[in-house]
Amino acid sequence: MDLIQLLIIVVQGGILVNVMLMSSAYMVLAERKIAAWIQNRIGPNRVGPWGLLQSFADVFKLYLKEDIVPAAADYRFHALAPVIAIGVAITVYAVIPWSGPFVTIGGVEYGLSMAPNMNVAVLVVLAMTSVGVYGVALAGWSSNNKYSLMGGLRSSAQMISYELSMGLSVVGVVLVGGSLNLVELIQGQIAHGWNIFYQPVAMLIFFITALAETNRAPFDLPEAEPELVGGYHTEYSGMKFGLLYLAEYANILASSAIIAALFLGGWDIAPFIDEAALLGLAPSSPPMVLIGMGVFIAKAFSLVFVFIWIRWTLPRFRYDQLMALGWKVLLPLALLNIAITGIVILLLN
Amino acid sequence: MNIQVILFSVFAIGAVASAIATISSRNPVASAMSLVAHFFMLAGLYLTLEAQFVAAVQVLVYAGAIMVLVVFVILLLNLGKEQQLAERGSVIRLTLGSFTAGLFALVIILALVASPTGLNHLAMNAVDIGTTEAIGQSLFTQYLFPFESVSLLLLAALIGAVILAKRSMKEGA
Repeated sequence: MDLIQLLIIVVQGGILVNVMLMSSAYMVLAERKIAAWIQNRIGPNRVGPWGLLQSFADVFKLYLKEDIVPAAADYRFHALAPVIAIGVAITVYAVIPWSGPFVTIGGVEYGLSMAPNMNVAVLVVLAMTSVGVYGVALAGWSSNNKYSLMGGLRSSAQMISYELSMGLSVVGVVLVGGSLNLVELIQGQIAHGWNIFYQPVAMLIFFITALAETNRAPFDLPEAEPELVGGYHTEYSGMKFGLLYLAEYANILASSAIIAALFLGGWDIAPFIDEAALLGLAPSSPPMVLIGMGVFIAKAFSLVFVFIWIRWTLPRFRYDQLMALGWKVLLPLALLNIAITGIVILLLN
Repeated sequence: MNIQVILFSVFAIGAVASAIATISSRNPVASAMSLVAHFFMLAGLYLTLEAQFVAAVQVLVYAGAIMVLVVFVILLLNLGKEQQLAERGSVIRLTLGSFTAGLFALVIILALVASPTGLNHLAMNAVDIGTTEAIGQSLFTQYLFPFESVSLLLLAALIGAVILAKRSMKEGA
């Protein structure tokens, strides 16, 4: 690996992190706008045209706010928790293949993806999702507040329960695609049709567990404000609170992109159709790859919309319902899905 | 100095430092988090050895599942003042501990010296050995019996845990 290659990867990382934090800030605005629309209100519309500068105002306010650390809090972990939360969310972006390669510099092809051909990309995604719980659990514990601690405890219990089903649901996709490499999984879907048609049950389980892992309604028990005052971030203020908040949205975008890559064909425009031949372009030509990138981003943000839509539609689960759903419904279903997928693949071969 | 050496130094020093922090800090949560950091450093070391699968699984299983459970239990127990947990070292413990650690280090050094590739070369086929396919192949062909025995052992532990939980539930009711 020479210096230029390293430099390009650093630049890619810089672009991805900035674009991601920017879109997370705008997803907060989108959440408020969509919530208003669903509840028949107008929503934020004072800052800039249609309220589009609201995100800048929000972030600016958070930066300027005083950072209050409770006297009895463990300041080391109080400061570490938001760093873990946002750091884990950013790490997932390294393995998401936003586009195929479209530029060649020094004989190496680059696209908008930092580690495009990582052999174990799917495992890295799962690993980072499961590590993300430390941010929430530590935030709750270090605040030295019983409500925050309850939020942190709920979050760790919830994540332990749901990441099992999440991992098992991916096994079905890996069996169909025959790889743990996200790029190869996408190329398999371009050739044979999207995984949503082959693995609808896995898609459903993955989507539900993604809701739970990102602490979104109806699984938002860790930050259930009527029961816990605010949840794990009650004792946070200023940009530390801002980071915890942005991490939630960064995780939603990452989950959406992973779902788009695993189940919705990634860069593929429409299933079962050879778009490249229709448009008269080579499949790996730069215009086709750039169109694919746009399609992938559009798919990811459509899923973000679904995440928000669900939050403002469904009420929160009760704790025992949450555990029953995770262990008694999703886990057996995921195991059954693996068994059936394996048998079918064995019979077809 | 090439990038492999730099990465190895960073991860190795980080691994040793976080391991020392794990056993030396008085706060149980600080200990647990140092152990998590240590697992990440180990995963980094595996990556420098081209073992992508082992690195990812290291983080997924140890840092992501087992340590989350440990942290969960620590939070749930809500251990009291840190001073009450303090243990004082004794001469016997120190001697026995250093003796065991020395033996362990000796075994590792002997194994490294005796290995066919020596101390400072990566095996030529390291890239092929580290892939998921290769690990799956050897687990389900060459090492099938040990693999299945270990899974039986885990099943036994699982059943034991369920029985223990059931018994304490009966007593409580």
